[in-house]
Amino acid sequence: MGHSLQPKSWQRTLLGTATSLAIASGGILGFAGSASAQEDTFKVGLVTFLSGGASGPFGVPAAQAAETVIKAINEGTLPAPYNTKGINGLQLESVVIDEAGGPTKQVEEYRNLVQRQNVDAVIGYISSGDCLAVSPVAEELKTFTIAFDCGTPRLFPELESPKYFFRTGLDATADNVGAAHYLKETRPDITRVAGIQQNYAWGQDSWNDFQLSMKQLMPGAEFVDNQTPQIFQGSYGTEISALQTNRPEIIHSSMWGGDMEAFVAQANVRGLLDQATALLTTGESGFNRFKGQAPDGTILGGRGPFGAFMPDNDLSEWFSKAYEAQHGVPPSYPSSKMAQALLALKYAADNSGAEGKPSDEQLASTLKSATFESVSGTVRMALADGHQALQPMYYGEYYYSSETGPELRNIRSYSGACVSPPDGHDAQEWIKSGFPQADCN
Amino acid sequence: MLTIWAILIDGLIYASWLFLVAAGLTVIYGVMRILNMAHGSLYALGAYASASSIGWYYANGGDQLWIAFALLAGCAIVIGAIAGLIMERGVLRLMYGRDEVLMLIVTFALLLILEDLMKLAWGTTPYFAYQPYAALGRFNFGVLSVSGYQIMVIGVSVVVGAILWFWLERTRTGKILRSIIHDREVSEAMGVNVRRMFTMTFVIGAGLGAIAGGFTAPIISVVPGIGVEVIVVAFAVVVTGGLGSITGAAIGALIVGLARAASIHTMPQLELFIIYAVMASVLIFRPNGLFGQATARKI
Amino acid sequence: MMHLQKSEVLLIVAALVLGLSSFISPDWLVFTSTLAIAAALVVMGVVMLMRAGLISFGQGLFYCMGGYAVGLGGRFLDVTDALALIGLGVLATVALAMVLGLLLTRYREIFFAMLTLAFSMILYGILVKSHGLGSTDGFGVVDWSILGYQPAQGHESSTALWLAIVLALAAALFLNRYFQSSLGLACEAIRENEVRVEYMGISRRQVLYINYVIAAALGSIGGSLTALTAGHVDPTMAYWTISGEFVFIALLGGTGHVAAPFIAAFIFILVRTYAVELFPNSWQLILGVVLLLIILFLPKGIWSLFTRKRRAEA
Repeated sequence: MGHSLQPKSWQRTLLGTATSLAIASGGILGFAGSASAQEDTFKVGLVTFLSGGASGPFGVPAAQAAETVIKAINEGTLPAPYNTKGINGLQLESVVIDEAGGPTKQVEEYRNLVQRQNVDAVIGYISSGDCLAVSPVAEELKTFTIAFDCGTPRLFPELESPKYFFRTGLDATADNVGAAHYLKETRPDITRVAGIQQNYAWGQDSWNDFQLSMKQLMPGAEFVDNQTPQIFQGSYGTEISALQTNRPEIIHSSMWGGDMEAFVAQANVRGLLDQATALLTTGESGFNRFKGQAPDGTILGGRGPFGAFMPDNDLSEWFSKAYEAQHGVPPSYPSSKMAQALLALKYAADNSGAEGKPSDEQLASTLKSATFESVSGTVRMALADGHQALQPMYYGEYYYSSETGPELRNIRSYSGACVSPPDGHDAQEWIKSGFPQADCN
Repeated sequence: MLTIWAILIDGLIYASWLFLVAAGLTVIYGVMRILNMAHGSLYALGAYASASSIGWYYANGGDQLWIAFALLAGCAIVIGAIAGLIMERGVLRLMYGRDEVLMLIVTFALLLILEDLMKLAWGTTPYFAYQPYAALGRFNFGVLSVSGYQIMVIGVSVVVGAILWFWLERTRTGKILRSIIHDREVSEAMGVNVRRMFTMTFVIGAGLGAIAGGFTAPIISVVPGIGVEVIVVAFAVVVTGGLGSITGAAIGALIVGLARAASIHTMPQLELFIIYAVMASVLIFRPNGLFGQATARKI
Repeated sequence: MMHLQKSEVLLIVAALVLGLSSFISPDWLVFTSTLAIAAALVVMGVVMLMRAGLISFGQGLFYCMGGYAVGLGGRFLDVTDALALIGLGVLATVALAMVLGLLLTRYREIFFAMLTLAFSMILYGILVKSHGLGSTDGFGVVDWSILGYQPAQGHESSTALWLAIVLALAAALFLNRYFQSSLGLACEAIRENEVRVEYMGISRRQVLYINYVIAAALGSIGGSLTALTAGHVDPTMAYWTISGEFVFIALLGGTGHVAAPFIAAFIFILVRTYAVELFPNSWQLILGVVLLLIILFLPKGIWSLFTRKRRAEA
């Protein structure tokens, strides 16, 4: 009985096909809906970590900085030269996307941003893998995109003649060349150097660049150990013992975020940091958090003139105040870097000469090789054929007292031309051949 | 010689931590046949509870170490047990009798949900509760040093293991639980209230996961995602030792802990593989893990 | 000539409709569909194992190998033909699966799951340590062609979609027959009671072995397609959470029909991408709740929506 109620296999398949078509058309409708975006707003996609271990130290501070800066841009309350409302008169609207999930997913989300949500530009990417995967897609889709934080030196060498993709920060080579210069100037007598790096590309690249630079600058130093704990491991007891048995004087670490802070706290309690000084290339993000946990004299870097290393100017003063007023803590380096990327966007839009909304081409040609003011001072887009910022590198020593709070002493800066390879040079070859054309005065 | 001592001490420290993390997992699996993916989230929950309570205590002028420890353990156990109760009564109870694998995916869904709930509750900023860790100082052996706190964790781990063993082997409840492990249907027929036993087991297992997190919190910085990182390690230890066996979990933790310490001190490059390599080689020779029992096949 | 079954006719029709719709759908949808089909291919392998009662938490191993075969073949062997690259991946994968299969077919339940996971994580570890291959950052895939046809700019996405459709259709038609073959049915029998299967004179290890190797090949094709579409490979492909995602999709769809993985993959990817867009801070929560609801109300997967009525009749 009930033969008519019994769906035959073809009916079921039809039902399946209908379902998929319904889903597909739902997607198209969503597309059509967002296509009618307003003409008087400029929509920017912001991609940064909102979940996982990189969200706390990097992703969320960057997203918060974006909130502060975008609000100020729309109200026109930024200091000169950015004291006009909006970007090129358009209100700035943002869509925030979580960067978690790996490069393949980020390529998918990037396409969704550009093609479904019709954003006019994208700013984002903390992970180097995501930068490498997204940059060719940005070129393919001809969308103005700024990488605000990722540090891989492979980015532009692998992206042939970029047009739409920019990076407004330095790469990891600069961090580590700068670190070697700092050691040479401040601790010329050290001989035993060890390292501890997270076990992934960032850590491996950093340690390689640092080793090569040290061989050039301080040939007398000996590398006694390098530990490679897994990322987000959290507990470094065994690694600390292994480092102790090798008796280093300097411990170089490119670890970041919670891992870096946890390592410092544990190494401090275990006495490792009485025996050796830590050199933390991304240590600035812990500047306001270490309190007494990092011993005085610990060497911190901030991946350039960011966070606590920001030079005094109207923009940085405004930014520090506005950020702290809104979010309760002073900005760390990821916040400054996000602010810098947004200022680059505003600079490019304001100076594009466009009537109304600037095109991707207008934005790209304006930012290319440009010089703009930022929270980190004057930024020159002088590397990678005008697509990457050339900035000085800063290192300093951390000191803390419970009355006056944390401060940086003995700060040294190294000009961009001193720590970054000139165009056309492979980073590692450049270091190995003794930094040709480097200008360190 | 120095290295050998360092390997032994570090291996023991890591093993004690592994055992704390894995104990709850193996208890739940032994009794309920549920491989709880959300165990990592319970660990993270315990870590957040302990880190925020210790942080609050010291921020409000507290300086008594024993109160800090009481807060640490108390908050972790309470929040773990409550979360366990909600998970068991609210979700798992509806699913009993389903496929073992389906239960695995249910707990995976719980993991996803808990990860975001914790983010909503505690935000993404790292939590630090280093005071107890710093307060216990260190013992120096020449250039080597051992943190007092980690020695204490070894002690905690031994105590937890002993209590669990006594509970399962020497008490009436333990006997009933073992009968469920052996044959659930028959024990039900003998009048055992299996559902109540399940609730109790899950709550205890969840509490154990949270304690592990609570005692780890002062060592690490508590950030989103720490739960996901420990879950595979805990699985590997439990599978190596044999699922559902407390002794197995202890031995598995020791083997993995020593192997990892040896690799870090002698060949740091291999650290990433070592846990999986140990698990794979144990399973190749003992397909049910070291202390696992082969189950009779139905015909 | 072999008779086409009705569900096969409809699979072909559905494939054609999907392919033709690529001319009118927006580019992002074409791209997403290709990724969904690629994921569905891997999931088909997971479903094959599931039908035999085995859960693999390491299908990412083959997915990753397929992806890296495309990346490495293009970079070091100068192969640019997409089919040759996919073939390369399948060859490498089948070779590895034939070795691993000898060991893995002895294991069941959680031990099978954890061993597959271990092997996948070992590959992950090796790739992370391979500095020359970009470690965790991975590397880009070269521009590819199919049988001499080089897709023009702007047509890469639709070409990849057609390629994925053709391969997926072939796989689906094959699996449809396979599930009905004595080998496919023996797998189900093993899930129910493997000792009895043995009594019937069927070697269960042989059956599982063949099943495992075919599932590995499907995983490799899925990985190759993902690499060709996304244009980038990285070790995350072998990480256990990716394998977990495939199991997730497999359970979402259920093991009832070869079309189930495709529908499930589409739904999964669309739910995820909209959840990420609308609730950037709590998309995992949404995903978890959706999963719980499906398990609670559709224990046999989404496919049971289509068969429920029939079962009620029977």
